[in-house]
Amino acid sequence: MAAVHGDAHDHGHDDHHPSGIMRWITTTNHKDIGTMYLWFSFTMFMVGGILAMGIRAELYQPGIQILEPELFNQFTTLHGLIMVFGAIMPAFVGFANWQVPMMIGAPDMAFARMNNWSFWLLPVAASLLVVSFFVPGGAAAGGWTFYPPLSVQGGLGVDMMIFAVHILGASSIMGSINIITTILNMRAPGMTLMKMPLFVWTWLITAYLLVLVMPVLAGVVTMLLTDRHFGTSFFNAAGGGDPVLFQHIFWFFGHPEVYIMILPAFGIVSEIIPTFSRKPLFGYSSMVYATASIAILSCFVWAHHMFTAGMPTVGQLFFMYATMLIAVPTGVKVFNWTATMWRGSMTFETPMLFSIGFIFLFVIGGLSGVICAIVPIDIQVQDTYYVIAHFHYVLVSGALFALFAGVYYWIPKWTGRMYNETLGKWHFWLSMFFFNLTFFVQHFLGLAGMPRRVPDYALQFADFNKISSLGAFGFGLTQLLFLYIVINCIRSGEKSTQMPWEGATTLEWTHLPAKAPYHSFETPPVVK
Amino acid sequence: MIIRKATANLTMLKKLLVFTVVMFAFGYALVPFYEKFCEVTGINNLLQPDVLVKEESWVDTDRWVTVELDANTTGLPWQFRPLQRSVRVNPGEPVDVMYEIVNNSDREINGQAIPSYSPRFLDKHLKKFECFCFTKQVLKPHETRQMPVQFVIEPNLPVDIHTVTISYTFFELPDGSSAIRDN
Repeated sequence: MAAVHGDAHDHGHDDHHPSGIMRWITTTNHKDIGTMYLWFSFTMFMVGGILAMGIRAELYQPGIQILEPELFNQFTTLHGLIMVFGAIMPAFVGFANWQVPMMIGAPDMAFARMNNWSFWLLPVAASLLVVSFFVPGGAAAGGWTFYPPLSVQGGLGVDMMIFAVHILGASSIMGSINIITTILNMRAPGMTLMKMPLFVWTWLITAYLLVLVMPVLAGVVTMLLTDRHFGTSFFNAAGGGDPVLFQHIFWFFGHPEVYIMILPAFGIVSEIIPTFSRKPLFGYSSMVYATASIAILSCFVWAHHMFTAGMPTVGQLFFMYATMLIAVPTGVKVFNWTATMWRGSMTFETPMLFSIGFIFLFVIGGLSGVICAIVPIDIQVQDTYYVIAHFHYVLVSGALFALFAGVYYWIPKWTGRMYNETLGKWHFWLSMFFFNLTFFVQHFLGLAGMPRRVPDYALQFADFNKISSLGAFGFGLTQLLFLYIVINCIRSGEKSTQMPWEGATTLEWTHLPAKAPYHSFETPPVVK
Repeated sequence: MIIRKATANLTMLKKLLVFTVVMFAFGYALVPFYEKFCEVTGINNLLQPDVLVKEESWVDTDRWVTVELDANTTGLPWQFRPLQRSVRVNPGEPVDVMYEIVNNSDREINGQAIPSYSPRFLDKHLKKFECFCFTKQVLKPHETRQMPVQFVIEPNLPVDIHTVTISYTFFELPDGSSAIRDN
């Protein structure tokens, strides 16, 4: 007993760790792992971005110029998979790793070794996805939702994708178990659940959603695998299966998944807006309940992705109304953020700009979501660019903008240095301009009937597609500026202070020095 | 203190792992649940004989509907065709049509037919009393079999529908497996 005690004590004051590559391979430190998660997701963001550039280059004008249809479909499929599973989700886990222990006053994550393992699974899965482009038959090309029968018929690339999804799922489940345990068991004395920062709350709820639905995704891809190789017929009509069954199980995972990607974004924004409004968050407890309501409702709306797959009217009505109901807690959040800013002493540094941009554009994406929920309209816009525009408004200007906001907000604490504010503002305004240039016109394309996942299109869509492609190239280039800003900050940013933002109130600002030490909160702080 | 915390964390880990396994199983449980749900609600109920309720049956002699018959096979060496391309019927009138299958191979093969309809909602207005698709068909080498289908197109078929198609596709059943949804 005493030995264990002493050991833990020794570790506590030991800032030394292996250097070079072994530091990163063997690390169990939540900050190191958080950093790796963030760099990994940025790398995958670049890979997925290159695929997006390929898609937009092909769609720049009608006809087939750059990508043959088969390769184009591989690009759209892998763009979706890589952005969802490789970029957005790991980025939020990276934030959780860095911020959750610091914000609740814990020394590290609950299961430090498992934390290392859940990160190092990711590069394996990512390599599988990327390498699948070069195997015979190419990568999976049936869309990121990999519906059968295409996913049952595809080649080796589909098997690699299935295996990658298994690994990513395992990584996410381990990550969420770690986060739940850390939040529930390792909070500093006095930090009751209802005193937790909202970012921690949103991650707690997200982690529960992940352990709820990730195993179901693992199950459905396993069924796909046995259908492909072991003679089962879950989704094969010839053997008594049903391809529509796949869609039901997939979206039982898939809809909560979209909230998995947005709830932590809500959390980040809920930290930043009060800081730069210099007011406490308006309606804290209603924010917590709204987050929980969104999570619960998200499990009962999956079939709104399948209105055209064949469903009784009663079913369509149920899923339509249930979906619209989600607008209520989401509205609570938007009004709370607005009320937080109301009469605040606001300043507009880059994190705040991205957060306000987030609210503004996420509301547009939310609104087009409610429009898509209306059955008769959805039947018209199903699988058109309207849907593409909708989910890029919630995922790019929603999740991704919140991630940018979070990086700018916390990078002084992570590096002890300040980013270049002027360049940060340029990054925001260029992103804002090019994002809207890319995606706003896609609403019009969709309403005019342009289908998604097709490399060529009718001539009347040419102008809007050209605008959209130009916007996409601009948006892609702008993200290189972000890379420069981050590297510049780490290398030669001005030294930051403990409290670079005067309105910040959470533990990492109030209790830790300018650069968070390698081991923080060895002795838990007392929260009053 | 530290030890107590580590134990609490491990307990939590076990609970969450059990929960994960349960959810994995839940994914699989959705399969029978889905089939049962469709059966109870009558969605996708293509392979069960219907019962004709006498009081509701009447013949709409003012309307004519053309029923086109279609036959396909997938992956088995059978020849499969309807003996008549189409029939013209009054909604409500019972119809008998014949299909023929020929096993062109030198081995005994089990097959089952899966129906499909156009327009898709036809299954709500089509009552089948007899069909070869309800059961597994076993054909000896070079055997020929003629099989009847008995059905009624109900008079409540929307009035703008003048032509419907009933299509069957034969699939091979592996040896020893029973017919699909054979109950």
